[in-house]
Amino acid sequence: MRVLPSGDTTSLIECANGFEASALAATLQGRVEITLGARTVLVRASRSQTLAMIATFYPGEHSSPARPDTQHHVISVRYDGPDLERVAGLVGLSSDEVIAAHTTTTVRVGFAGFAPGFAYLVDGDPRLEVPRLDVPRPRVPAGSVALASTYSGIYPRESAGGWLIIGHTSDWLWDIDRTIPARFAPGDSVTFLAI
Amino acid sequence: MSIRILESRGSTLIQDLGRPGFSSWGVGPSGVFDRRAFHHANTLLGNREDAAVIEHAGSTLTLCASRPHAIAITGASGPASVDGVPVPVGRVIELSVGSVLRLEAPVVGLRYLVGVAGGFEPEPVLGSRSRDTLAELGPQPLTAGSSVPVGLSTAARWSGVINPTLPSGAMTLRVSLGPRDDWFSFDSIARLFTSSWQINPLSSRVGIRLDGPKLERSRHDELASEGVVRGSIQVTNSGLPIILGPDHPVTGGYPVIGVIVDSDTDLLAHARPGDVLHFSRHAI
Repeated sequence: MRVLPSGDTTSLIECANGFEASALAATLQGRVEITLGARTVLVRASRSQTLAMIATFYPGEHSSPARPDTQHHVISVRYDGPDLERVAGLVGLSSDEVIAAHTTTTVRVGFAGFAPGFAYLVDGDPRLEVPRLDVPRPRVPAGSVALASTYSGIYPRESAGGWLIIGHTSDWLWDIDRTIPARFAPGDSVTFLAI
Repeated sequence: MSIRILESRGSTLIQDLGRPGFSSWGVGPSGVFDRRAFHHANTLLGNREDAAVIEHAGSTLTLCASRPHAIAITGASGPASVDGVPVPVGRVIELSVGSVLRLEAPVVGLRYLVGVAGGFEPEPVLGSRSRDTLAELGPQPLTAGSSVPVGLSTAARWSGVINPTLPSGAMTLRVSLGPRDDWFSFDSIARLFTSSWQINPLSSRVGIRLDGPKLERSRHDELASEGVVRGSIQVTNSGLPIILGPDHPVTGGYPVIGVIVDSDTDLLAHARPGDVLHFSRHAI
């Protein structure tokens, strides 16, 4: 773990891996404004304040990575995405094998970004690593279930996007009228159910 | 009590100090671009320090008061009039019922703020009335016919003038290196500080795009996405920098070579296409 400078109001804590980053984020949440990344935690504090907080609050590698109130979500997916065959070709599996790999692995909500309610889902089947599109699509429909790098993600609303779309869900992901408008929070687990 | 927009050419948004703290939901901070001018407007009007204002970047804004309202224009400066009579920026202006305020393209700066005694009070979203143009959260952008509620004003106004002149000509902003300066060649880091950067017309509240020499990376692997802030200087795969503005996404996958000193980022609200920018090195 090391603390990198990020301007005069924030510091970036670089962790060994996503597991350590989410454990650290769970510890610091509520004490300081944080932004969890794939392997980092950005904190609104100076370098010395950040080092002091880590020393005081982070018990080290034995800490639990999860918030105490994590949830499990089952997302129903129609595997009819325009890129399903392309993904199959890229990773050397049949389309059915891609679906099987995607539905039998429980993924974890790593961190958020891109759009309200969008979560980077990590710890997926390592065989499903694919590149992004060279040219992003100008319109990706809401509910598109997609892959990029080693992540899965679901577009919460229509937007541009460069991930490979393997299916669609009509389950809710973002609803500003709910008390907690984002369905996924870092540390939650997710499984996909083919329908 | 409300103010009605008669005409808007450009971007006309409600802004306050934004909604920090929701990054785990993918929601960025947003908030007024020129916080200093925001503070001036609310000080003049005797408002709470977070009372929402109109932020206008464009060539024309006209609005009409449904009741007597006190307003103040800060930020950019340019031709402003009430019912055809020129009015000053940086001080309180009393609008009577039916008065029409007209702002035309600024002469100095880019974004006008129009504050009102009592503050604009459309429905807040996640605790803020800021329009986040990237996340599409918060009050809808204002267009002709929009009517914005105004809160009750109890405090006394300020009779003085607050009208700091914005710098004209090339801007110099202070930058501290990191977190990912080690992803760039030494030459590129030197170029960041020695080059003249020009503001690209595609700039927005999400990011200010710069034209200039390409910054070359010394590492070519992909950066795992990480948290960014207002003022982060991302370098895209094209080698050109983008300075993140208030509506930046919460995380980004391009390496950040340096971050602008937070208080200097207010000036970026007034960077016009074609303007020249320099960076000076700041130690933290």
